[in-house]
Amino acid sequence: MPTLTVDGIEVTVPANSTVLQACEAAGKEIPRFCYHERLSIAGNCRMCLVEMEKSPKPIASCAMPAADNMVIHTDTPMVKKAREGVLEFLLINHPLDCPICDQGGECDLQDETMAYGHNSSRLREHKRAVREKFMGPLIKTTMTRCIHCTRCVRFASEIAGVPEIGVINRGEHMEITTYLDRAASSELSGNVIDLCPVGALTSKPFAFAARAWELRRTESIDVLDALGSNIRIDARGREVMRVLPRLNEDINEEWISDKTRFAYDGLKRQRLDQPYVRRGGKLAPATWAEAFAAIAARLKGFDPKRVAALVGDLSDAESVLALKELMQKLGVTNLDARQDGAKLPAAPRSAYLFNTTIAGIEQADAVLLIGSNPRFEAALVNARIRKRWLAAGIPVANIGPALDLTYPVVELGNNPALLGAIADGSHPFAATLRDAKNPMLILGQGALARADGAAVLAQARRVAESTGMIAEGWNGFNVLHHAAARVGALDLGFVPGPGGLDRDGILQGAASGAIEVVYLLGADEIDMQKLGKAFVIYQGTHGDAGAHRADVILPGAAYTEKNATWVNTEGRVQRGQKAVAPPGEAREDWAILRALSETLGVTLPYDDLDAVRARLAALAPAFAKLDAIEPAPWAAFGGEGAVAAVPFGLPIADYFFTNPICRASTVMAECSALASARREKATGTHG
Amino acid sequence: MLSDKDRIFVNLYGFQDWHLKAALARGDFANTKDLLAKGPDEIVNEIKASGLRGRGGAGFPTGVKWSFMPKQSDGRPSYLVVNADESEPGTCKDRDIMRHEPFKLLEGCLIAGFAMRAKAAYIYVRGEFYREAERLEMAIGEAYEVGLIGKNACGSGFDFDIYVHRGAGAYICGEEMALIESLEGKPGRPRLKPPFPAGMGVWGCPTTVNNVESIAVTPTILRRGAAWFSGLGRPNNTGTKLFCISGHVNKPCNVEEEMGIPLRELIDRHAGGVRGGWDNLLAVIPGGSSVPLLPKATCDTVLMDFDSLRAEKSGLGTAAVIVMDKSTDIVKAIARLSKFYMHESCGQCTPCREGTGWMWRIMERLVEGRAEKAEIDQLLDISYQIEGHTICALGDAAAWPVQGLIRHFRDEIERRIDARKPVLAA
Repeated sequence: MPTLTVDGIEVTVPANSTVLQACEAAGKEIPRFCYHERLSIAGNCRMCLVEMEKSPKPIASCAMPAADNMVIHTDTPMVKKAREGVLEFLLINHPLDCPICDQGGECDLQDETMAYGHNSSRLREHKRAVREKFMGPLIKTTMTRCIHCTRCVRFASEIAGVPEIGVINRGEHMEITTYLDRAASSELSGNVIDLCPVGALTSKPFAFAARAWELRRTESIDVLDALGSNIRIDARGREVMRVLPRLNEDINEEWISDKTRFAYDGLKRQRLDQPYVRRGGKLAPATWAEAFAAIAARLKGFDPKRVAALVGDLSDAESVLALKELMQKLGVTNLDARQDGAKLPAAPRSAYLFNTTIAGIEQADAVLLIGSNPRFEAALVNARIRKRWLAAGIPVANIGPALDLTYPVVELGNNPALLGAIADGSHPFAATLRDAKNPMLILGQGALARADGAAVLAQARRVAESTGMIAEGWNGFNVLHHAAARVGALDLGFVPGPGGLDRDGILQGAASGAIEVVYLLGADEIDMQKLGKAFVIYQGTHGDAGAHRADVILPGAAYTEKNATWVNTEGRVQRGQKAVAPPGEAREDWAILRALSETLGVTLPYDDLDAVRARLAALAPAFAKLDAIEPAPWAAFGGEGAVAAVPFGLPIADYFFTNPICRASTVMAECSALASARREKATGTHG
Repeated sequence: MLSDKDRIFVNLYGFQDWHLKAALARGDFANTKDLLAKGPDEIVNEIKASGLRGRGGAGFPTGVKWSFMPKQSDGRPSYLVVNADESEPGTCKDRDIMRHEPFKLLEGCLIAGFAMRAKAAYIYVRGEFYREAERLEMAIGEAYEVGLIGKNACGSGFDFDIYVHRGAGAYICGEEMALIESLEGKPGRPRLKPPFPAGMGVWGCPTTVNNVESIAVTPTILRRGAAWFSGLGRPNNTGTKLFCISGHVNKPCNVEEEMGIPLRELIDRHAGGVRGGWDNLLAVIPGGSSVPLLPKATCDTVLMDFDSLRAEKSGLGTAAVIVMDKSTDIVKAIARLSKFYMHESCGQCTPCREGTGWMWRIMERLVEGRAEKAEIDQLLDISYQIEGHTICALGDAAAWPVQGLIRHFRDEIERRIDARKPVLAA
């Protein structure tokens, strides 16, 4: 704990702090471009120079370890002159094209120029120009603006673990580029846009779309995977213009995945903006009253055993609650929120949560992946594992299809029987897990969404119990979800009621005619062919699979268009905020169900969002506490029976096409096309 | 003047055979075992007492540098790295040591490595020194063959390996931290200090980087005693030094001389004098391209050692004396140096990356007088904005020649600007 003096203020900072951190602790702001607290120290921009007594030269505060009895000055003429000099150097070859630069208004270089810039340039020579680069459909490059801070290089190699951005040439010819101008292939590549302190790397989809200060900012939650990454939605008028990360150390730190950041253009395409009713085999526009009337007519005198409801991947907890209670009032028990057919129970809660928590990964000492590809299913969980691996070199093993992850993985093979071998200690990796202080396993939906999923779940529980994953203060059993709606729906018990059918039963029933009415709440990932002749009510946002099959379409609100609650894979309850209004006639989803219930004569007992939320909390206590995690008590779960010798699959084949919003996004389509081209084997004629 | 009996590099000119047999006859590896028997601390003390200052340019006391190395290993091995990336324009002393006195270097490696408890030495040879690297390899082979290095080196019970590593010809790799990066196989970009190499150097292990000449003189110092060495030269600037005299002299040469020899005597006695006589002298760069030049008036009296040259706002640097007579276009000469530094900047940190090119372009205009007089002060200001603000000393090295030029030849620059003005007006 060194104690030093900064501008006459004595500060004590934790060991291994830098002078820059000490200055911040003393309340002194130090300008910087290359320094970033989550990246390694480069010390190359030289903007953070401060004066240290007994040092003839100014020191780079970001790189100098704080030590006892240092006397630092941050506001002397020497410091000012040094920083002005550095800034002048940065600006001489900078194009100063702020009026046409998308970074304008949120540019570190602009800001520092206000503080340390000259009012005119002394440069009489030509400025340097840098050849344009290509980094794919997400990152727009204007490398002439680059100030060579190497934040992007360090992010790619350290955080993302895909070292594909680098420096070529030297001196004033130094350039940042991707290897052979290839598109960035990391799922986190978009974060370099936020990291870039200037306008060299900007968002390609957002190019020239808006100025930062014109945008309305809404703090919200991402639902395109099950992490609940904290995001900021920037909107103008009725349009979402971009999505940025918000800091949340427990979930996404300050990163978001490319899907979270760039799928928003899918919110503007293929939208359901009014109700439809199928007449004469064709979907025809209808009013809300007509749509409700069509449903009421179909349900008149119905047998509740012949009705079923499925919840999709993006649904908020409020609408799941409303649908569940509507179905209960109608006497329907054929309910399922596991549209992929995962054999997860609705209780105990620890059976379906990421119990370790995402931040908890940083305490793990050994990781076993089972039927999961965290890179695709939760890119930031993968980044956390990498962070932990970088810090401690922990062993990571995989049971399932071989993976291309950003840290070394011991491939144990894709054989479900290995679970039993680890549980009974006969497999060598069991010892690795047992010897670890904090072992953990990550059970993916690829291992659960199969006929013997319940038995796999039980085997995984035995692995956890037999290798010391369940201990005081540590729970290493983790189910990794990729559907944002899943945990909330399980918390609400959206599973078959007494005598009810699960997804497989519903689909079989619909195919055979035993199920006559199916209510799809944003459920698009099932095989619509299997719905047979059933009357399908689709409530959702996009003209995706469900809407094409539907007999009645009720247009709902997307995650950016409603105030709603989601529970992430850790069991963390978070609220998203409405950034823009839903398009056309579309309405918030719980309100649609509330209105429908009235038409059906079984009015739900809530008239506003507060009442729904009160009901949520009453039904599932987890909803009473926002942004917090209650450790879920451990209990027995999982089904009996043998695990079939069928290899595990992976739930996500195409990272960019996992839900209706992504599938409607042209940006995601472009990324998907590039990714599949990369997967194809290159021949000699490839560039 | 240095008498022949005090000469360390007796085969500097390669008049004799360089091979082991001849080197042994010259006294190399004569009683190395006895020298090592003094023990590491005694050797370090002896070097400290000799007053030997690093011959690579900065002049840091060599013995003190060695003493920074850990005396007790924490499990990591220690390494000696010899900086043979001699790229400073005007300098060619290490080249001749490697060519003609390789065994002095190898014996020095062994002794220095022993003194700093190192496991091995890496000699990082400049990429262009292909033949020199070859010769070193041959010399190492000969030394291994008779057990002078390797297991139980010289029968001392100390195991010590020496490796030659060839660089790729980048000037910046002569900077110790960039050299370490390059040795590790990375691009030659200087690392931040701290941590210093003695704590965390090559492959994260304690490392000392020494110049070839610093290492090559240590066996002789130990053999003849610190008092002998410190008796030569002037206080705090002791011993002998290799000077590389080039430029407008009648007989350019490398020569070993006593520290503190007057510059004029050095040139007149060893290099056959300035072309056209001493009065034809314009300026001298006394220590390799990076140090500020000295005008003739200073050259008349200045002594060639660290402190004397520092007092004249220049430096001894690598002791590469670049002599320029009155035929020299002094502005163009310095502009060429500016171009060199622009070309060799690694580009990592801002002031050097951006500033060296800017300085060069202004210098190019000053050569022709295409500038305003105010730009002279602006150029000086830019050089001060670079100096001391960079990760390594290349920024300083780029700034100093320009500063020296403006300090001593401002009137010449102004004359060119004035001479061009009427042309512009017409």
